[in-house]
Amino acid sequence: MCGIVGLLVKNQKMRADIGKLMLPMLIGMTERGPDSAGLAIFGAPVSNADRKFSLYAADEDFNWQKLGHDFTNHLGTPARIEQKANHAVLTTHLEPSTVRVWLKEHYPSLHLLSVGQLMDIYKDTGTPAEVAERYSFQNLQGSHLVGHTRMATESAVTPAHAHPFTAGEDWCLVHNGSLSNPNSIRRMLQHQGISFETDNDTEAACRFLEWRMREGDDLRTALNKGFDELDGFFTLLMGTKDQLALVRDPFACKPAIVAEHDDYVAIASEYRSLAHLPDVKNANLYEPMPEELYIWKV
Amino acid sequence: MESLDLHKITVRELNQFLHKELPGKGVKKLEILNPDGVHSIAAGMDTEVDIDIQGHGGYYVGGMNKHANITVHGNVGWGVAENMMSGTVRVKGFASSAAGASGHGGTLIIEGDTSLRCGISMKGIDIVVGGSIGNFSGFMAQAGRMVICGDAGDGLGDSMYEAVFYVRGNIKSLGADAQIEPMTDADYAAVQELLNRAGFKHDPKEFKRVAGAKKLYNWNADANQEY
Repeated sequence: MCGIVGLLVKNQKMRADIGKLMLPMLIGMTERGPDSAGLAIFGAPVSNADRKFSLYAADEDFNWQKLGHDFTNHLGTPARIEQKANHAVLTTHLEPSTVRVWLKEHYPSLHLLSVGQLMDIYKDTGTPAEVAERYSFQNLQGSHLVGHTRMATESAVTPAHAHPFTAGEDWCLVHNGSLSNPNSIRRMLQHQGISFETDNDTEAACRFLEWRMREGDDLRTALNKGFDELDGFFTLLMGTKDQLALVRDPFACKPAIVAEHDDYVAIASEYRSLAHLPDVKNANLYEPMPEELYIWKV
Repeated sequence: MESLDLHKITVRELNQFLHKELPGKGVKKLEILNPDGVHSIAAGMDTEVDIDIQGHGGYYVGGMNKHANITVHGNVGWGVAENMMSGTVRVKGFASSAAGASGHGGTLIIEGDTSLRCGISMKGIDIVVGGSIGNFSGFMAQAGRMVICGDAGDGLGDSMYEAVFYVRGNIKSLGADAQIEPMTDADYAAVQELLNRAGFKHDPKEFKRVAGAKKLYNWNADANQEY
């Protein structure tokens, strides 16, 4: 079991409070996912040539300042580093491939959680309330976000195994359910030169869909191929730079409910995560149908 | 009227009151405020009482109900009135998956739509749905009746036993062994009686009967596993 939440704020004035609006949603899913939590927030984009790299250090006392110095010394250009507990967002205009190689060579113990111009990722073990407190989720600002609370059933409880998973740039995915063929998907993708961070089933789905879209599929085509290839149960919630997308497996084995309001679109595994939202009484509440793709644009 | 507020007490405290204190109090009607999608509201009732839930319920609302008449003024999550024994559960909005699952008796009325697996393994409950029902509904339904005023999804009544369904709208597909049968006078009367109970105004003549062909009751060695 796991919990998923998504929030897309249409009312510009409310975007400064997206963290506050979301927090009870995530905490409301604690019973569905008490062992880890995570969140991808899409905020203001960095300038055109820049990229944000969300990093995670297992060591609480990791020296981010030293990493900044080393980055400047080795690569000849400074990087902006914003630290939150043992996460940090590194911003630079250097190519993602350059940064990846440098990180792997000099800081192999760091986890690179995401790359993008709008998206930051925070994920860790602990209850949703603890994780939210650690990374000040209530202060987050942005247009949309994707969150997850995890109850592990198929792989270890570590920060890297927590959701969201990412691949490519400004693209993330959270998953409630379980896949029965993640290993064959992983093997198939490895033959395409795609490497994996964990043995988690969701990472296989995430890299599969990102690979399809990199090969030219749009999201709908990629998901249709996903229906053919992914075997198991899933409610998948995906975030891109300007949209949220939701899809449920043909048997709709995992729950989902949507509240569409003039000010926002909110998605959760269960209504109890939506009950606190402002004026939710006047929102259009509905359950997404199995095997249908729902897309909401920012 | 007695009023219980789930912003002030936990669902465990609520249900302990409903199970242990309510029977001796002679209360005939009470309301539950701020349900906010909480699970198991008024599950395990064993008292004749009218309960109004003012808002949306979570999973298992009125589960295992005996005797109580429960009205939800909103939507409900999975497994509403699952394993109900008697009494009535009415949902004014929509119900998620597995509504009335394994129900033995009583009446479940859903004014809106229900999601997948409605009435799965039902064992004598009557279910009346004002809207449409999702895929795989009535799977292995053993006894009881289900009236569907809207459409039915894929695989209706797969492997059903003695239960009978009446569908007014379209059936996307029937499950294994389920078949459409002619309506008899007894069927029209049954549909009218169930519609009256629910307060829905439709002509019983618009409904068709779905029941099990009973071909799965006995092993057929010649079927070559093709059902």
